Amino acid sequence: MALSQADVLAGIKEIVEEVAGIPAASIELNKNFTDDLEVDSLSMVEVVVACEERFGVKIPDDKVTELATVGDAVNFIVNAAA
Amino acid sequence: MSERRVVVTGLGATTPLGGDVETTWKALLAGKSGVRLLTEDWREQLPVHFAARVATEPADQMERVEMRRLDRSEQFALIASREAWKDAGSPDDIDKERLGVVIASGIGGVITLLDQFVNLNEKGARGVSPHTVPMLMPNGPAANVGLELKAKAGVHTPVSACASGAEAIGYAYEMIKNNRADIIVTGGVEAAVHQLPMAGFAAMKALSTRNDAPERASRPYDVDRDGFVLGEGGGVLVLEEYESAKARGAKIYCEIGGQGLTSDGYHIAAPDPDGEGVQRAIKFALQAAGLSTKDIVHLNAHATSTPAGDVAEANALRKALGADADHVAVSATKSMTGHLLGGAGAIESVFIVKALQERLAPPTINIENLDPAVTIDVVRDTPRQLPAGDIAALNDSFGFGGHNVVLAFKSL
Repeated sequence: MALSQADVLAGIKEIVEEVAGIPAASIELNKNFTDDLEVDSLSMVEVVVACEERFGVKIPDDKVTELATVGDAVNFIVNAAA
Repeated sequence: MSERRVVVTGLGATTPLGGDVETTWKALLAGKSGVRLLTEDWREQLPVHFAARVATEPADQMERVEMRRLDRSEQFALIASREAWKDAGSPDDIDKERLGVVIASGIGGVITLLDQFVNLNEKGARGVSPHTVPMLMPNGPAANVGLELKAKAGVHTPVSACASGAEAIGYAYEMIKNNRADIIVTGGVEAAVHQLPMAGFAAMKALSTRNDAPERASRPYDVDRDGFVLGEGGGVLVLEEYESAKARGAKIYCEIGGQGLTSDGYHIAAPDPDGEGVQRAIKFALQAAGLSTKDIVHLNAHATSTPAGDVAEANALRKALGADADHVAVSATKSMTGHLLGGAGAIESVFIVKALQERLAPPTINIENLDPAVTIDVVRDTPRQLPAGDIAALNDSFGFGGHNVVLAFKSL
């Protein structure tokens, strides 16, 4: 099932707010998970697993390190679901 | 260099009687019980339907996001430590290499362990939280407090079942005494109100099954006592080297004069009926503190409300203190708080510090008929005034495995 970029971004905002307590309003495509949002490595695992469940995609561990920004994650999920 | 002395400069607690020290202490003096029927359905699986949960849920004292990566025992440790640190005047500008943390737990993050096992079975390995290990490790409470305060002198977690909290305070005392640190945040916590540990204790016949009267179930020294009541929560003290504490103008509650540590070499769970190990621990604590039995006016007993344990301890106290036991006001506060396992020795140390400060020994409730085998002076139902002048008190804590810890506190 195809997912829109806007849907995935909205979903990631909810997940990051739930997991890391970062207000959804401050989460944007260009934000870096580590440097800007201060999502640590353990919380990043939670974000990834929550994204997999929510969007029905697989995010292999070796891809996770490539997802530096929120935009990277959105693009990966949109492509994986296509 | 002159002998280093160790004083108490801060207190914190979250207990079945209150979410902080003041609330807990007031309820304790009023003789209130923190024991309640459990509301969870799983209680029906067990022969015991009640426990002493904390009076204030961590959710009312912490942010949601912080809570979700902390085991309940770690939440208790942070809540009590924050109160104790603030009570000590928040000395944030001290040298962090001279700041340590020693916080114990008897069982560690057992609720996390069991919850994540359910996750594993229901969702597979991917469903297990990445926070599982930092949440279940028994040093987690100490480690989280150490991180928050940036403590660098050492972060430790002695484990000796129900003596753990007292052993932690003793360890912290030694660290300051031996010049490894100038200030330590120390205590014990426990969060084990869950069907599995409760079923385990029940299988040992260690828990009271007085389901028709939970508030009356914890009754140390009563002839009809039938086991302990599981409690949860924790207590934390800030210990400081005396000269450093004076130099920064800290409020000083009292001194920790010394500790006595022994082991029974008798049985994995049953107390030595002669209490020989307890007697030696008392002797060592008095020696270390430069005290004699004449100086002791108050004792917070381990007294968990088990048939064997209470009498063994009472006999040991009578033998160790001799005729001087007649002027020792013995309080069994587990009658109100339940038994916090690794948190017990810590909250009871907080109670002793308050007792010395306010010169009031808290009561023991639920004694309808004192066991005739108990020949010590138990404070019953209402608080008792302690004498003016220089006084001292002892805290007894024992653990499965035959661990005996006695801490000696002196007024200043």
